[in-house]
Amino acid sequence: MNGFKAVFKRELKSYFTTPIAYVFLVVFLFFAGYLTFKNGFFEIRQADMRAFFTNMPLLFAFLVPAAAMRLWAEERKSGSIELLFTLPITVTQAVLGKFFAAWVFLAIALGLTFPMVITVYFLGQPDTGLILTGYLGSILMAGGFLAVGCFFSALSKNQVISFVLSVVACAALVFAGLPTTMEYLSTFLPAGLVSAVESLSMETHFESIQRGMLELKDISYFVLLIAGWVTANAVILEERRAS
Amino acid sequence: MIGIKELRRSFGPIVAVDGVSFDVEKGQVLGFLGPNGAGKSTVMRMLACFIRPDSGTATVCGYDILKNPIEVRKSIGYLAENVPAYNDMTVGGLLNFICDARAIRGNSRKKALDRIVPMCAIESVYHQSIDTLSKGYRRRVGLAGALIHDPQVLILDEPTDGLDPNQKHEVRALIGKMAKEKCIVVSTHILEEVEAICDRTVIIARGKILVDSTPEKLRQQYNCSLDEVFRKITKGKAA
Repeated sequence: MNGFKAVFKRELKSYFTTPIAYVFLVVFLFFAGYLTFKNGFFEIRQADMRAFFTNMPLLFAFLVPAAAMRLWAEERKSGSIELLFTLPITVTQAVLGKFFAAWVFLAIALGLTFPMVITVYFLGQPDTGLILTGYLGSILMAGGFLAVGCFFSALSKNQVISFVLSVVACAALVFAGLPTTMEYLSTFLPAGLVSAVESLSMETHFESIQRGMLELKDISYFVLLIAGWVTANAVILEERRAS
Repeated sequence: MIGIKELRRSFGPIVAVDGVSFDVEKGQVLGFLGPNGAGKSTVMRMLACFIRPDSGTATVCGYDILKNPIEVRKSIGYLAENVPAYNDMTVGGLLNFICDARAIRGNSRKKALDRIVPMCAIESVYHQSIDTLSKGYRRRVGLAGALIHDPQVLILDEPTDGLDPNQKHEVRALIGKMAKEKCIVVSTHILEEVEAICDRTVIIARGKILVDSTPEKLRQQYNCSLDEVFRKITKGKAA
């Protein structure tokens, strides 16, 4: 437990002692707001946050890998991994410590979008449940992308490589569920496979949570996705830490 | 306190450590010598449980490095060759992080910091960030991190590299002071250092132990300075 806490604390602090946190927050909040109004937040004439949450998958697919790329790549490049793994800290504790620190950071970023919430309450009477499930879906999705990002960060010492690979993987998870992709796939794949691809995609599950449906299959999709990538992260790290 | 049995490790086609075995007892300061690439750091990294041996094992304070790496890491203080540290942290932040990881809390943390910071003479840089430190200060911070939990076993990979003559002298005095109650393994290229602080030397080259003796015996045996002894042994046998 000490190992987890120590890594978690150090990692979360280091976002804010370096400019990363501030650059990330400014860019994220700007685009989260800009895209919402560009999508016709006022034109819909409804006091809800649909226009806001719809942008989250694409926004996160680019920004979460940026927040995750340094987690292990930097550690291995600067050699500080040797300090980390000669302290009484297990690989599991370190992997989880870093993952949760980054996840909390992303939660903070999402939390800072609260002016949107104030805006819709000011304009009308929005459905509080929908807003809550929207945030829940967003945070789960951020966790999913983050787990992917952590894995690719452990894969390469080079931050640029890990960023590019995780953006591709995250984008694949988003685009797999878009109608255009589905249409294209259905031209040569049997219907069963197309729906398999669709259910693998983040978009589908995020969409249904965001609509206020808390179903076990959607929640477990995210839990499994996170658990799987985080485990892969631990395995790859065990394998490669010294090389 | 340290027992190494037939450690072996290769990196791809290169055999870094090839069947190294020796024991170190409490109260001993072992000077670990060898030319560059001899496998010194690899042995030390395996002892600190950072990398795994391909075969063979070792025990530290009765704990096996393969079966119980966390207990091993708890009982040793390890200073790696290039002093790994988090560059964006301050010295104080780094030491506090190490305390967190080693579960040194509250009053005992305060005591540990009060003891270690003057001991390694890093008061003046305590609030400075690590990437602004000179090589010598960086190494002293690394040393402070390795000593903060007052470990039974110390593994120091070139602890005086990059220090000025005064600091070198201080670090040697520090090692000498701790020698009685601890078990210390020091790797170095500086042979005068071996004569000054070590009561035993192990010389390795190409992953194999060539000599396991004391500095005095070596000098008597070869009837020349330790410098020449080192050259004769490592060049003669490696060729």
